[in-house]
Amino acid sequence: MAKRIDVSDLNIYYGNFLAVENVNVSIEPRSITALIGPSGCGKSTFLRSINRMHEVVPGGRVEGKIVMDGQDLYGADVDPVDVRRQIGMVFQRPNPFPTMSIYENVAAGIRLNNKKMRKSDLDDLVERSLRGANLWNEVKDRLNRPGAGLSGGQQQRLCIARAIAVEPDVLLMDEPASALDPISTLAIEDLMADLKERFTIVIVTHNMQQAARVSEQTGFFNLSGVGQPGRLIEFNPTEKIFSNPDQKATEDYISGRFG
Amino acid sequence: MSSTRTTPPSRAGTGRSVRRPGDRVFAGTAKGAGILILVILAGVAAFLVVEAVPALTAPAEEIPGDGGLASYVAPLVFGTLLAAVIALLVATPLAVAIALFIGYYAPRRLAQGLGYLVDLLAAIPSIVYGFWGIFWLAPKLVPLFEWLERTLGFIPLFAGPASTTGRTMLTTGLVLAVMILPIVSAISREVFLQVPSLHREAALALGATRWEMIRMAVLPYGRSGVIGGSMLGLGRALGETMAVAIVLSVSGGITFNLISSGNPSTIAANIALEFPESSGIDINTLIASGLALFVITLAVNVLARAIVNRRAEFSGAN
Repeated sequence: MAKRIDVSDLNIYYGNFLAVENVNVSIEPRSITALIGPSGCGKSTFLRSINRMHEVVPGGRVEGKIVMDGQDLYGADVDPVDVRRQIGMVFQRPNPFPTMSIYENVAAGIRLNNKKMRKSDLDDLVERSLRGANLWNEVKDRLNRPGAGLSGGQQQRLCIARAIAVEPDVLLMDEPASALDPISTLAIEDLMADLKERFTIVIVTHNMQQAARVSEQTGFFNLSGVGQPGRLIEFNPTEKIFSNPDQKATEDYISGRFG
Repeated sequence: MSSTRTTPPSRAGTGRSVRRPGDRVFAGTAKGAGILILVILAGVAAFLVVEAVPALTAPAEEIPGDGGLASYVAPLVFGTLLAAVIALLVATPLAVAIALFIGYYAPRRLAQGLGYLVDLLAAIPSIVYGFWGIFWLAPKLVPLFEWLERTLGFIPLFAGPASTTGRTMLTTGLVLAVMILPIVSAISREVFLQVPSLHREAALALGATRWEMIRMAVLPYGRSGVIGGSMLGLGRALGETMAVAIVLSVSGGITFNLISSGNPSTIAANIALEFPESSGIDINTLIASGLALFVITLAVNVLARAIVNRRAEFSGAN
């Protein structure tokens, strides 16, 4: 079930270095929210803080609040492992487990959740997830082949299937199409349009056309200089960001005057 | 083929691209090194075969023990394999655990020191391990052997009677385990550290705990490396001479009884102990046993390769 995310006064650190400063934003359920901005501005760092993957990096920590439908994700008694089971993630480079078959890759998350599942139910779920990721027809005859044998675009859709198989509330995508060719990119974008019916999607992208094509809301991150923390400069409906942004910096960025 | 336009054709009609001197020297050295290995291996094999032939063709009563070559070598082969298998069974899980602890659990500073210490174990001469085994470990293990005989004596492995000196097959296996531990754990550590962070993060992002992440991403990826490291360790365990010669109390033939004082010797230890007092056909017999060890080692390596290759397409190398 898609859930809403409210971020308030969020500061993100690497050790003592403040990487992202004072983010306040509300992310709507059943919609796609795009995060754009120049390299190093902290959009990926922010994305990784939503599912508590940021703290996997040594020294990574956050201050502030991220609330998902009333549940404080950084509450004292919240296990990051549980957060990650509710918030799925797709990475920039496709990363199916190379030691697993296509089938096992999709089933990996379910196996983790220790759900005892009948083989036939698991088969159904794997098929449903692969259909959901628009991959079923391409792989149905070779489910027991290694996932790493697929093309880059197929691998990325396999990763999406793996992420949605556990029915997360939110799906985070960190430049999911930046390593793919235009046709594979289109496949991923079409897929996102389908997925937003069921999930809250947050996508980081360097491709502004992509943000304009797929998202309802867009956030623009920027930093004022090297060594300075990144900030969320503007957060508005995508249409407004790309036609009549509130901030000069946003306009400069999307019109290609810098970045 | 843009390079062919700017350079004159090397030899008429061949159409080959230009070979640069540096390339040629490097290719030659690499090829030479590869051939050298084969030549050395073939040389050792040829020596073993030639020197073993007199023993292979000799009548049974001329072989030490008067029972023929097969009955002379068989207990040695058995003892060699048994000691090495014990060592491998003990050392591999321990080495993998050490490697995982160093790579994924220990604080960084502790991990470095610990890795260094484990590597240091490899630098200790085997005769020192032998003395450690006979003077320190063996006496300490006697109570354990007695306990094993009392409580688990119904299992043939622990049938006893328990050795009073502790110089048993089990002690030997444990000493060998300590000796191969650094090799196996160093190689395991390296392959575990090479697991791409992409795969580790994939597991974590699915909601894996650290142990689940290790089981999902690290262990399968490092599997072939761990097997390779184990085989190197097994090679050392099979060929280990001094430590076994010192620790193991030899008398008797093939037995699975690990805690008694009657044990088969191992090939390498037997050669070391018997060689000074051998001459003529006896030496040929010892060399024939060496040939058997050579074949065993080769077979083990081929087997390991086959195991690794069986799942090559799932290895993560592609």
